[in-house]
Amino acid sequence: MQALQGFSQEENPYIFLAVFLVAAAVFAVTPLALAALWAMKYSPRKSGPSKNAVYECGLESKTQDWVQFKSDYYLYGIIFLVFDVEVIFLLPFAVAFKTLPVGAFVAIMIFLLLLVEGLVWAWRKGVLNWK
Amino acid sequence: MDEGLRSELSKAGVFTTSLNELYNWGRKNSVWPLQFGLACCAIEMIAASMARFDIARFGAEVFRPSPRQADLMIVAGTVTKKMAPQVVRLYNQMPEPKYVIAMGACAISGGPFKQGYNVLKGIDRYIPVDVHIPGCPPRPEALLHALMTLQKRIEEQALTGETRPRHLDANQPSEFPIPAFGAHDLEPPSNPAIWSPPKTDRGC
Repeated sequence: MQALQGFSQEENPYIFLAVFLVAAAVFAVTPLALAALWAMKYSPRKSGPSKNAVYECGLESKTQDWVQFKSDYYLYGIIFLVFDVEVIFLLPFAVAFKTLPVGAFVAIMIFLLLLVEGLVWAWRKGVLNWK
Repeated sequence: MDEGLRSELSKAGVFTTSLNELYNWGRKNSVWPLQFGLACCAIEMIAASMARFDIARFGAEVFRPSPRQADLMIVAGTVTKKMAPQVVRLYNQMPEPKYVIAMGACAISGGPFKQGYNVLKGIDRYIPVDVHIPGCPPRPEALLHALMTLQKRIEEQALTGETRPRHLDANQPSEFPIPAFGAHDLEPPSNPAIWSPPKTDRGC
């Protein structure tokens, strides 16, 4: 009884978290383990060149399956986020501008500086030129 | 298990099963077909999946757009020689256990195009077909009947022993040779391991 005292809810409120963690792991791993056992006992692996092919619509891929994607659009998406976040925070800032203390003003300016810094960095890297 | 004992137990309210039966029961009630159609039979296949005929009653409504997630290939329509390699490749890409229903006169024999130069005279020349459905096109009821026939076959499959199905036997192939376009015909014109020309006894 004395040994179990440390595990009571009053003394250790995180005990439930640990129980959930273990239960989740068991819940996820058990079916996978059962499937692996089943495969070992009964159903052998059946792999082959078609089955392992990357493309899966019945046609053979004509070129290399590993291709490089142009990352330009991705960079544009990231930079769009700068403006996106800026607008979301600037609007309430502008609405409440007259009642704000100096500290809040300085905070939002630092926030803007961080965002603009990112934009300037991207600009200087030449990301804004579409090649 | 003895059938008599089992029936006695079921009368007493005790349900008994075996691992094999449980396995087959699960598989037969969730046959996921591959979503592809080759010709007009596909329209009947679509009709079978809609509310009026409702293939979902048999657990087979989950038409998968990728062969990697499908158990059942419904070859719905005319297989031209140009399309045959792709059909075989799709079959190869399906994971085991996998089944094939050849739907309609064209898929089982070439149908009205049997004498034509460009139509494969039955997909069973290249891949093992489990259920053939005659008809031009077969009604959705015929497809449902084929599915029920397939479910019966799945139910009877053994888990171990000599009679176990292909997917449980390490020595049996899972992929079948994909025909190539030759000068005049597909090469090879059929897979001799699973199909041979029917022998006709002309009595002479």
